[in-house]
Amino acid sequence: MNADAIIEIRRVIREHARLPVDVDTLDDDADLFAAGMTSHASVNLMLALEDAFDLEFPDRMLTRGVFESVGAIGAAIAELAPVADGDRPLTGGGA
Amino acid sequence: MGLRVGIDLVSVDAVEESIRIHSARYLRRVYTSREVRDCCAPDGAPDARKLAERFAAKEAALKVLGVDDEAVPWQSIEVHNDRFGSPSIELSGAAEQLARQRGVMELNLSITHEGPLAAAIVVARVRDEP
Repeated sequence: MNADAIIEIRRVIREHARLPVDVDTLDDDADLFAAGMTSHASVNLMLALEDAFDLEFPDRMLTRGVFESVGAIGAAIAELAPVADGDRPLTGGGA
Repeated sequence: MGLRVGIDLVSVDAVEESIRIHSARYLRRVYTSREVRDCCAPDGAPDARKLAERFAAKEAALKVLGVDDEAVPWQSIEVHNDRFGSPSIELSGAAEQLARQRGVMELNLSITHEGPLAAAIVVARVRDEP
């Protein structure tokens, strides 16, 4: 996952996940649900990520694990992005 | 025979925000067409309080089903009212399959909203483990 994509994921989390803490105080592997994200906020986050990265999370990815951390979201997007957004590679050569 | 209970609380304001930002896509991804129809005014405007109740019911049901990291689409848990107006839950697809695996035999639902919050409680009858 490249650095720009991680920055974008953090921006979307900041604006849509209704976290009671600043996401930039959390590590990439910190549990967003433990940090206060509700299940309903995770829906908003999912939809906002779809807008930001021009993709759609398939049903098989609608799990708690996919949205539980910045890193997990990055891994899911990296898996979907080559198909959903081939003009903007999000993996390989990241910072 | 055992009982299992799930509860969930949802902010009506959060649902209003989702409708405002994501509009039809939010409704389509989370609710069944029947639920959307049941939660819309005659002019088509969605009622965030009723939708919040349904979202709470879906989450309470997921707790009863003991979902860990399985993929269970929200539409596979549908809330509807019977002819007397009592809410009930109907499972399909992944949720129905999980219920069978977990020995869930019957689900009972109660939902409510007051001011900024909506809540749901689901009680399940489950088979005793051998």
